[in-house]
Amino acid sequence: MINLEIPKKFRPLVSQANQVATEVFRPISRKYDEAEHEYPKELDMLASLIDGMNEGSDIGGAGAAGVRRESNGDGGGGNRNGSNLSTVLGIIELCWGDVGLLLSMPRQGLGNSAIASVASDEQLERYGGKWAAMAITEPEAGSDSASIRTTAELDGDEYVLNGEKIFVTSGDRADLIVVWATLDRSQGRAAIKSFIVERDNPGLKLDRLEHKLGIRASDTANFTLQDCRVPKEALLGSSDVEDKQGFGGAMQTFDNTRPLVAAMAVGVARASLEETRERLAEAGVEIDYTAPALSQHAAAARYLEMEADYEAARLLTLHAAWMADNGKPNSLQA
Amino acid sequence: MTVTEDKSVAERSMGLGLRWLNRLAGSDLLDRIRIRKGVERALFNTTKNGFRSATAAGRTFKAAQKLGKPARQATGKPRNLFDVTPDDEQQMFQEAVREFAAAKVRPAALAADADRSTAAELLAQTNELGVNMLGVPEELGGVMHEQAAVTAVLVGEALAHGDMGVAYAALAPGAVATAIGHWGTAEQEATYLPAFTGEDVPAAALAILEPRPLFDPLNLETKARRDGGDWVIDGVKSLVARASECELFVVAAETEDGPALFVVESGASGLSVEDEPAMGLRPASTGRLILDGARVPAGALMSEGGREAYVECVARARVAWCGLAVGTAQAVLDYVIPYVNDRVAFGEPVSNRQGVAFAVSDIGIETDGMRLATYRAASRADQGEGFSREAALARRLCAAKGMKIGSDGVQLLGGHGFVKEHPVERWYRDLRAAGVMEGALLA
Repeated sequence: MINLEIPKKFRPLVSQANQVATEVFRPISRKYDEAEHEYPKELDMLASLIDGMNEGSDIGGAGAAGVRRESNGDGGGGNRNGSNLSTVLGIIELCWGDVGLLLSMPRQGLGNSAIASVASDEQLERYGGKWAAMAITEPEAGSDSASIRTTAELDGDEYVLNGEKIFVTSGDRADLIVVWATLDRSQGRAAIKSFIVERDNPGLKLDRLEHKLGIRASDTANFTLQDCRVPKEALLGSSDVEDKQGFGGAMQTFDNTRPLVAAMAVGVARASLEETRERLAEAGVEIDYTAPALSQHAAAARYLEMEADYEAARLLTLHAAWMADNGKPNSLQA
Repeated sequence: MTVTEDKSVAERSMGLGLRWLNRLAGSDLLDRIRIRKGVERALFNTTKNGFRSATAAGRTFKAAQKLGKPARQATGKPRNLFDVTPDDEQQMFQEAVREFAAAKVRPAALAADADRSTAAELLAQTNELGVNMLGVPEELGGVMHEQAAVTAVLVGEALAHGDMGVAYAALAPGAVATAIGHWGTAEQEATYLPAFTGEDVPAAALAILEPRPLFDPLNLETKARRDGGDWVIDGVKSLVARASECELFVVAAETEDGPALFVVESGASGLSVEDEPAMGLRPASTGRLILDGARVPAGALMSEGGREAYVECVARARVAWCGLAVGTAQAVLDYVIPYVNDRVAFGEPVSNRQGVAFAVSDIGIETDGMRLATYRAASRADQGEGFSREAALARRLCAAKGMKIGSDGVQLLGGHGFVKEHPVERWYRDLRAAGVMEGALLA
């Protein structure tokens, strides 16, 4: 039954996230845009608040609660609206407030998402309650995640990591960094595994923080890993190179997290549209949804065009998340 | 289910009917959504009909039964969950029309475009699918218990995947039925709607558009004034499907109290039609309807809802055209993908070039966006929610992106796109219509 409205059960969540955006993010948005790399200490209280709420509260952050694929598929299970959709909706609201601050929320990193999605019970126990960043990108490999060069070698009960990682969101502030590395470069994707590295590991050296165009409230770190030793138990998921699930699983995580990134853009876009509309109204330009665009003020026509693009972007994002909730393959839509 | 060309339409209809029946008989679907009677009737009609070669012109419409008050389709219950999957009934409709569009409409499109006419047989076959009775209340022989904007959009999309011009020609009568079913008086419903549920549906048109630049449906130049017990209407309506065959019009005109819709039979005095060939939608034999002191009785006014109803009518038309644009945009995508993969230049498929691959993926992305925006507007309409904003945004998307998709479809085929050997030039011309048309179809 086709219905593209926000499901009723998620409305409280959307309204909560909107309150956070309005009351917490927006008032300090400019402050931390100007004070790049300064830690937004106001978020500590918010993070505690969120920790204190029922576990796995969906307003968390950038999908830190983990976005697991539902496997029930179409097999008669019926339509599902699950964590993918609710997370997207939460992020839209929070990013309507501020994207940089969303990315800076303590204990809500992408690494937390990876841990929540694939960690063993022991790992969950050990790393629970910590803030985890994610280190995938290298100077020579970004979107092409399969060709990363950071290596991991087993030495007794430890893995030894060597390589360089860039663009690590919250890398400076996090307690843990989830580092992607290969056990054997000749074996391609299957040998790529992720390892949990404590931020204070002496083999993990912070090179610098990037100065950026936007999302300046969020720190973006570059690291060198030099003979960085981690216990064997720090490997997330299966250590078996034959296990082809590893890389595929990671890429599948991307199918679930890409809509979350899109949701960030959708949130900012809505904020911009609202602002524009208010300014236009002040200038005496009203938007008329019934009159043809071309017989309205040029600014109104342009606004309608932007709003139409926004509507398409928003629905495409919700659609991709809904597909993930329903176990439909969504690489294309994501 | 595959369709072979040599199957007669009657056989095909039989096949369809049996398929529907088979699928439905064992399930509680019909009872659950309370359409069993209606579907049984549709099956009965589908199976008993052969097909007609021509329609009789200028029939006399007579009220068959007298209803105390107008019958209306109910709005659906508010739906709780986000969902992009059509319900079972809609999927059935969609599948049937899709198949028909591929087997019958697409192959006929080139000739229909050249002839500026769709064969009566093809129109009759399309009508047999039940596409023109979606807006007819059950009490008057309709099959849909609730409002069916989403179904209408899905049907329009599927049919326009075959050809937009043929879809326009075939679906135009349904717009008149839907308008009367939504806003007509009890008398109008009893008089006209039975004709739209039978085997011999009259050519009919919902005429809102006027031939002038920057036309605004809320600023009509067609005027209606009272004269004694009658209404007298003056004005010109543009791009009316099958204008010269039409036996019935619903005409938008400005009255003292604002814009309103009038039911005008083709036999009314002061009516004439004029050919109006257009760039696209050529299979619909578009023409102008000229009302020069056209005189209709007082009962011709659709009184329900006043201006608000008229605004809703304009929005429903836009949603319907969006459905057609989505279908044609999808046709472009489905055509260019195999083409760019097969076409070799400089020793490799042209799709290996990013300039080509990105253009193709943009078509895919925009088509999806258009589709979702259109479904959202239609779904809100079915749930009785306001949908002006959603309709406006869907239209804006379909107009702008639709034209871009049409143009890119031609461009991706290079010189081949420009010649009529390939359908993309026709789709380019038709997609422009989606940004221009007002009225004429209803979701």
